[in-house]
Amino acid sequence: METIFNPLVGGLLIGLTATIYLLTMGKVIGISGILSQFLFSKERLLPFLFIAGLIIGGSAYGLLTEQTVAFPETRSQILLIISGLLVGYGTRLGGGCTSGHGVCGISRLSPRSIVATFIFMAAAILTVAIAH
Amino acid sequence: MNAIITLLAGLIFGLGLAFSEMTNPAVVIGFLDIFGDWNPSLIIVMASAIAVGMLGYFIKSKQLRPFIASKWQVPTLRQIDSQLIIGSVFFGIGWGLSGYCPGPGLTALVNNFHEGIYFVGALIIGSGAHFLQTKMSQK
Repeated sequence: METIFNPLVGGLLIGLTATIYLLTMGKVIGISGILSQFLFSKERLLPFLFIAGLIIGGSAYGLLTEQTVAFPETRSQILLIISGLLVGYGTRLGGGCTSGHGVCGISRLSPRSIVATFIFMAAAILTVAIAH
Repeated sequence: MNAIITLLAGLIFGLGLAFSEMTNPAVVIGFLDIFGDWNPSLIIVMASAIAVGMLGYFIKSKQLRPFIASKWQVPTLRQIDSQLIIGSVFFGIGWGLSGYCPGPGLTALVNNFHEGIYFVGALIIGSGAHFLQTKMSQK
């Protein structure tokens, strides 16, 4: 039961946020887009607040729920840097990440987002299969 | 008002990531490892998020404008181009390597600082490289 409860609540919260944000602010939630808006646009306050909230909420781990899987041992810096560069450049070139394309895009049945999600899932699955 | 809603949106989104354990790269890699020791829990996360999201778009279709903002700013681009495909391939490889996509990567700044600092630093440089490239090609 617990194995279903946590992902279900987590997904509902993510979907609820996307819905509230859409119906009030009129926009989709895409973390990669919000981050680059914070970094490279002139309107920084709102993206800053969103990211601050995200980090606070996302780090409230042990306070709310018991984790079922341990965090990985700290991995090599080179791996993390290559990963970050690919995620940063790739999400901007492709116009979205797991939130923008994966959740918000599929919710509105955007053909671009459905294709993007299929491709990044496939690439990620293959990468894990090769790397592990 | 905008500030409060945006901060709350970030907070609830982050709680969603924490509850679903997407903030833990070991869970994400376990989900992507379909040929190995597969952990399917993130399918439930995606499915429930998308189900609620669809409800949002259904309500949107009945509304002329958002409750606060003056107009809808939902992406309207429909063309599937090489940028979308290549960008998504890069993103997928990067995601598979570490188990971090942008949201969980940012939370790693607190959850796992010794990883988060390198990932987020590179994430900013990667985004910046695309920003500069776009800016230069516009000149």
